[in-house]
Amino acid sequence: MRLKAFCTPLLTASLAVVLSAQGMSPVLTVTPVPTVKIKKGGEATVVLKASLNAGFHCNSNTPTEEYLIPLKLTWGAGPLTSESVSYPKAKLEKYSFSEKPVSVLTGEFAITTKFKANADAATGPAAQTGKLRYQACSDKACFPPKTVDVSVTVNVE
Amino acid sequence: MTIPRTHLAALLAVGTALSLGYTACAPVAPARAAVKDSKDRKAAPDFALKDAEGKTMRLSDLRGKVVLVDFWATWCGPCQIEIPWFIDFQQKHKSEGFEVVGISMDDDGWNAIKPFVAQKKINYRIVLGDEKTTDQYGGVEALPTTFLIDREGRIASVHVGLTGKKEFEDAIESLLHPPANSKPGGGA
Repeated sequence: MRLKAFCTPLLTASLAVVLSAQGMSPVLTVTPVPTVKIKKGGEATVVLKASLNAGFHCNSNTPTEEYLIPLKLTWGAGPLTSESVSYPKAKLEKYSFSEKPVSVLTGEFAITTKFKANADAATGPAAQTGKLRYQACSDKACFPPKTVDVSVTVNVE
Repeated sequence: MTIPRTHLAALLAVGTALSLGYTACAPVAPARAAVKDSKDRKAAPDFALKDAEGKTMRLSDLRGKVVLVDFWATWCGPCQIEIPWFIDFQQKHKSEGFEVVGISMDDDGWNAIKPFVAQKKINYRIVLGDEKTTDQYGGVEALPTTFLIDREGRIASVHVGLTGKKEFEDAIESLLHPPANSKPGGGA
C-alpha cells in the first residue's frame, strides 16, 4: 500500500502541532528592517513587519473600549524625525469575553513610518531606535502589556 | 515510496501523542471542574498587600473563611466578565464566611484602579499586586487567574482564564458546605 500521500500531511501536521504547542503565551516578533539610505533633509518610509503567534490577538491602535491598551509605536532620538505612523487595518472580532466586537490584530501585520532626515544629521550609519508596545490576549485570558525594542540602521548620505 | 504498516502505526502513535500534548499545552488550559480533594490541597502562600487606603491586608487575616483570590487588571476584558459574578458572590455568601480579594496587576496603580472600582461598584477588598506575590502563586501571567482557598488556608482550586459562573458557584458551595463525611483539615 502506497502511503506517501497519507503520511506526508500527517508528518506536516505533527510538526505544526509541535510548533504551535510552543506558544503558550503571546510573543510579538519584529522582522529586522533593511538599512535605510537617506539624504540630509530627505524623506524615507520604513515598514516594520511584526508577527504575533497563533492563538493570540493584540489590541489595535484604536481599541473599541477605553480600558483596552492600544498598540503603539514610538520612535526615540536619532538622525531621523518621525513624521507619521500608519497602523494596519484592524479586524473587528468577537470573543467569549466581549459583548461587542473588539478591534484587534492577529498574525502578521505591518506598521509604516514616514521619516524625515534632520538637516543637521551626521553623515554615515546610525541607529534609529523605537519601542513597540502591545497588549495581547487569547480568547479566554489577557497578558500584561509588553514593549519590544525596535531598531533601524540608517545611512545618512 | 512505500511505508510499512508497522511504521505507519508508529507515525499514528506519534501524531496522536503530539495532538494530546498540544491539547495539554494549548494557550490557557481549561479551568478545573471541581475543587481538589482535601488531602491534595497545599497551603496558600500568605501575602501582605496594600489597599487603596494604604492598609495592609494579609491573606492569613482571613483564616477560617473561604476566600476567592482574583488576579486581575483593569485592561483585561475577560476579568471584566467575572467581576460582576464576584460582586454577586460577595453579597450572597459573605455571611457564610466567604470573602473575595481582588489583586490588581495594573502598572498604573490606584490611578487606574480607583475609578474602575467606583464605576463597577466593587464590594470586596482590592489590593495592589506585586511580582513577589505572583511568584508565590506560581508566576501568574494570564489574567484572570483565580484561586479558591478553603477555610484552612489551602488552595482548593485554580482557574486560569475566563471561567464559568456556575463552575465558581459550585466550587464555593462545596467549600462553604462540604459534605458531612468530609473532615475539615484532613489534608496536608
